Amino acid sequence: MEELLEILRDMHPDVDFESEEHLIDNGILDSLDIVSLISEISENFDVTITAKDIVPENFNSAQALYELVRRLEDEG
Amino acid sequence: MQNNVLKYLNRVVEEKPDKLAFSDGERGLTFRQVYDQSQSVGTYLYQKGVYKRPVVVFMRKSPQEIAAFFGVVAGGCFYVPIDEEMPAGRIQLILDNVKSPLVICDKDTLETARGFQLGDGETVLYDEISGTPVDEAALQSIYEKAIDTDPIYIVFTSGSTGIPKGVAACHRSVIDYVEQLSEILEFDGDTVFGNQSPLYFDACLKELYPTLKFGATTYLIPKGLFSFPTALVEYLNEHRINTICWVVSALTMVSALGAFDIAKPEHLRTVAFGSEVFPIKQFRLWRQAAPKAAFTNLYGPTEGTGMCCYYRVEREFEDDEMIPIGRSFPNREILLLKGDNTLAGEGEEGEICIRGTSITLGYYNDPERTAAAYVQNPLNSAYPEVIYRTGDIGRYNERGELVFVSRKDHQIKHMGHRIELGEIEVNVSMLPGIRMAACIYDGEKKKIVLWYDGESDEKELTKQLKTKLPRYMLPNRLYRVDKLPFTANGKIDRVALKRRYEEG
Repeated sequence: MEELLEILRDMHPDVDFESEEHLIDNGILDSLDIVSLISEISENFDVTITAKDIVPENFNSAQALYELVRRLEDEG
Repeated sequence: MQNNVLKYLNRVVEEKPDKLAFSDGERGLTFRQVYDQSQSVGTYLYQKGVYKRPVVVFMRKSPQEIAAFFGVVAGGCFYVPIDEEMPAGRIQLILDNVKSPLVICDKDTLETARGFQLGDGETVLYDEISGTPVDEAALQSIYEKAIDTDPIYIVFTSGSTGIPKGVAACHRSVIDYVEQLSEILEFDGDTVFGNQSPLYFDACLKELYPTLKFGATTYLIPKGLFSFPTALVEYLNEHRINTICWVVSALTMVSALGAFDIAKPEHLRTVAFGSEVFPIKQFRLWRQAAPKAAFTNLYGPTEGTGMCCYYRVEREFEDDEMIPIGRSFPNREILLLKGDNTLAGEGEEGEICIRGTSITLGYYNDPERTAAAYVQNPLNSAYPEVIYRTGDIGRYNERGELVFVSRKDHQIKHMGHRIELGEIEVNVSMLPGIRMAACIYDGEKKKIVLWYDGESDEKELTKQLKTKLPRYMLPNRLYRVDKLPFTANGKIDRVALKRRYEEG
């Protein structure tokens, strides 16, 4: 989780990712962020996020994103 | 001869009054509604005595915002779109420049608008003026008095001094652009556009006016969908969108994230792209997903009214090849000028300069910067003839196709936006406690990298910058350093910074 938070903080140093639960709905993460997030995650974790998992629910909070990564790790 | 862009609207409302003109997927306006509302807005301006003045339109992206644009033109004025996506500091600079007597808002933006210093200007709600009983005689007289060199809009683009530049364009250059572009991309009455670009840039001309010209339909695609590729493709299919003119970064987002494994755009017949280089690998994915579509690369600066060069991709390209920008649209000429103001020869590089009707009027209230870029054609000393110097370097390849080579200065293209790195640096330097700042661009990873020397930490700096710069101009990487490197003649050493960055 810490690793993931670091990636997110690198993108937006001013956002509190531990408490924010509406990263998409509140427009904090935009299209460019999603693209770089996905590439950073695949570099740092041994998972590939495919189109079917790229939906708002998986990106609205650091926790949701973390759960997605965990799930993909388990499947892999 | 057509000398007013509104002629497109006047004609289409007779032919297809009940057809859907503009929609955001949920709310839409027919041509009749667009016409009626714009006539009401025009009448309101007339009754207020606002004529031949800039009128700011500050609304959420919507079909109504587009009707407001046409309404401003119907009143004999020119529209200046601003948007909540713009940071407050930038909006104030724009308002200070245009000194508009009127800011047309909607209920979402009214409060924000009132927070700005408007001088003698006042705010008004679109919903309150879009039903004004129409004074046909007054509007007819305004229409007849308009000449095609009168401005119809001002859009703002990045300026290296930190002050954005307002590019003003007239009826004639927009009509010329719409006519040429429509032929090149083969728009017609069955065209269904999927608009991606914001309405506060000239990029949206591609959809707005051809929609009127042909009685086509434009869907304003919700911005949020550009983060979620599968949903975006499904949206295209649901609305039977067959024509898209998007920035490359929007297209590659869809292909690179694998959306085509799940859904394919079924109705596409025209795909136009521009602003940046299309990586060939991603381009191939698009071509496979939409085999029946024609793909066209477009190139052009805001100062040349939208696009001025095109290249229809018909041959195969190697992975490391760059798609050319091709050749100029009809009725304009590209001059490739070398440093000594003579034409570049075969294979030689030169600055891309544009000549013709498509040259815009200049930067609004900014004679100095206008004079620097809109200059007398150095090849013609016989009569006044203005060309626009783009600052882009190009050359012709062995097939005689124009290719983009580089920039003369520190302007970059990032996420489809034109950005002066100098504007970012100036805005950082103006913040309290910052001594110096320098930016470079990592074109490969598409990241704006900022070095600065100052008191604020990265977190605080980002927070402050968000009030000054649009989101796409915010640095993606920030490094606080004790001292920036300098060259022997006292300039910030960007080469050293780039090296330091690449070494990690």
